Amino acid sequence: MMDKITAFIRKHQTVVLLAVPLVLAGVLISMFGSRLLLDIYTYFCVSLGMVYGLQVFMGNSGILSWTHVGFVGIGAYVTGILVTPPMVKEMGVPNMYPALVDLSLPVVPSILIGALVAAAIAALIGYPLMRLNDFASVITLFATLIVIHVVMTQWDNVTNGPRTFFGLPQWTTWGIALGGALLMLLAAYWFRESGLGLKLRATRDDRYAAAAIGIDMIFTRYLGFVLSALMAGFVGGLWALYITSFSPKSFYMAEMFLLLSMLVIGGSGSVSGATVGAVVVTIAREVLRQVEATINNAHVLSFEVFGLTELVMAVLMVMVLIWRPSGVVGGQELRLPRFGKKKDVPAEVDGLAA
Amino acid sequence: MIDLEFVINTLSLGSLYALLALGLVLVYGILKLVNFAYGEYIMIAGYAIYLSATLLHAPWYLTLLIAVLAAVLVSYLTELIAFRPVRSQSPNALIVTSFAVSVFLQNVVLIMVSPRARPVQLPFFFSRTIEIAGATVPLRNLLVIAVTAVLLVALSLLMKKTVVGMAMRAAADKFTTTRLMGVPANLVISTAFVISGLLAGVASIFWVSRSASVDPLTGAAPLLIAFIAVVTGGMHSTVGAVVGGFVYGLVFNLLSVTLPASMISYRDAFMFALVVVFLLFRPAGIIKRGYTEERVG
Repeated sequence: MMDKITAFIRKHQTVVLLAVPLVLAGVLISMFGSRLLLDIYTYFCVSLGMVYGLQVFMGNSGILSWTHVGFVGIGAYVTGILVTPPMVKEMGVPNMYPALVDLSLPVVPSILIGALVAAAIAALIGYPLMRLNDFASVITLFATLIVIHVVMTQWDNVTNGPRTFFGLPQWTTWGIALGGALLMLLAAYWFRESGLGLKLRATRDDRYAAAAIGIDMIFTRYLGFVLSALMAGFVGGLWALYITSFSPKSFYMAEMFLLLSMLVIGGSGSVSGATVGAVVVTIAREVLRQVEATINNAHVLSFEVFGLTELVMAVLMVMVLIWRPSGVVGGQELRLPRFGKKKDVPAEVDGLAA
Repeated sequence: MIDLEFVINTLSLGSLYALLALGLVLVYGILKLVNFAYGEYIMIAGYAIYLSATLLHAPWYLTLLIAVLAAVLVSYLTELIAFRPVRSQSPNALIVTSFAVSVFLQNVVLIMVSPRARPVQLPFFFSRTIEIAGATVPLRNLLVIAVTAVLLVALSLLMKKTVVGMAMRAAADKFTTTRLMGVPANLVISTAFVISGLLAGVASIFWVSRSASVDPLTGAAPLLIAFIAVVTGGMHSTVGAVVGGFVYGLVFNLLSVTLPASMISYRDAFMFALVVVFLLFRPAGIIKRGYTEERVG
């Protein structure tokens, strides 16, 4: 029995290796860290959840999934509409459909419904999109994000249009954010290691060979896409309950660039890569923001410096890609170095970095 | 509703979109790179007009020349510095690199010039209108048709008659084989970027003339148009890009005149939804080309 448990843990040690530092960091920061540090940590955990969701589809299928942040937005809006008290909605969203104004649900079901709605929309539009490859797939997913964005900004009976949607309770604490991130970690890891994930990775590495051994590429991709949207919608709900007020701008290019840079810098091929990327990007971004704020507050320059953070992030990203095109971690999962007997299968080599 | 004015406006819009799409597809054909930084070449050219007019007080023909040169230079430099080191790697790395380059260029302008829009001085004759057979048409609409026609002829001569043009066409078909024939990869790719920058620069002059101002996000809209035109037209040929540009212009103008006023703000969503539906039935676009190789560094 004991043997079985240790063997199980050894087989899935990646999860432990990723989760333990994450939890430790959270506990330490909540005990000794400042308020600001705890805020950064909470936001980091939520972003991490989004990156895991992105990894599920993009990492395993090799398709650049622009729509991801759109599904985060759908989850956020659905949660917002369900959770916010009718009084507040009447005031904040004057044009909202009366049926939506009267809706009011507890927090947890709201988040779950948000996730389901995001998944349902993905399921509705996803199948045809999964048939496309290369240029066409990048562009259509990009166009889909724009369609989602246009609908969000124009449908003011639901989303309050381009204006801010406000009045959500701040329900997501650091512990809940951490819990959400861990749940997403498990989901992403489980998917990657599952038969379905393996099939999807096969279609990524060689779609003809995958088809030749009987993998239904489109359907496999489709399932990955819907799961990814489900995760995005779920984290979107957590995000909305942390930020409490937001507008469609929050679910567009700038945010997508951030998520993409996290995944690509870390290495899209693995859950470990997603984690490392999120850590690196969050730290780099916060440091740069501090520098930018310091420069602006010190008034050493005659003008305010806007956009320095994004500028340096972009340069860093290109440098990382030149240095390690498949990300810092590459395609493998983190594992402890093995000593002595070697009976396990060798770690997977990333197929993308030929 | 469909009169001479509509035809000329559609032709001019289509010409502009064809230029945009052509610049994008030249690079895609060879490098299989979806270049998200392409819109920024247009933005940079717009700023070049603004800066050369305000700082150098250059006459209009010089500002236009400087604009095109700036776009060419930036296009070439991004290839040299950012894309060349990444290009033999995964296609996603290349796309993300181009997105990073785009963010970089936007923020450079944001910091160096201003986040706010800047007015662009355009030649006096751009805003003139003339009458043809009872239809009032802005002169620049006719200009863009003429310029596009000239550029298309020049480009097709270049592609068909010169060695480098033939090398580019061969590379778009089978890059590895072309390299085995002794064609230097760097030369072909750099040339593609230079021409892409040239087309972006020329298109930019007409693009910024519509709003007569330029801001750091100016490049986003033309980039999208180029994307959509390329996928609709067919991403494996330059002809496809041109056809896609004209079709896009036509559909856009048709939607503008037929959609009720309350739905006009959804026009972009309609456009993209139409494109997605179209691609379901014909994933290769309007102009289909036979075998094309997967990406090779």
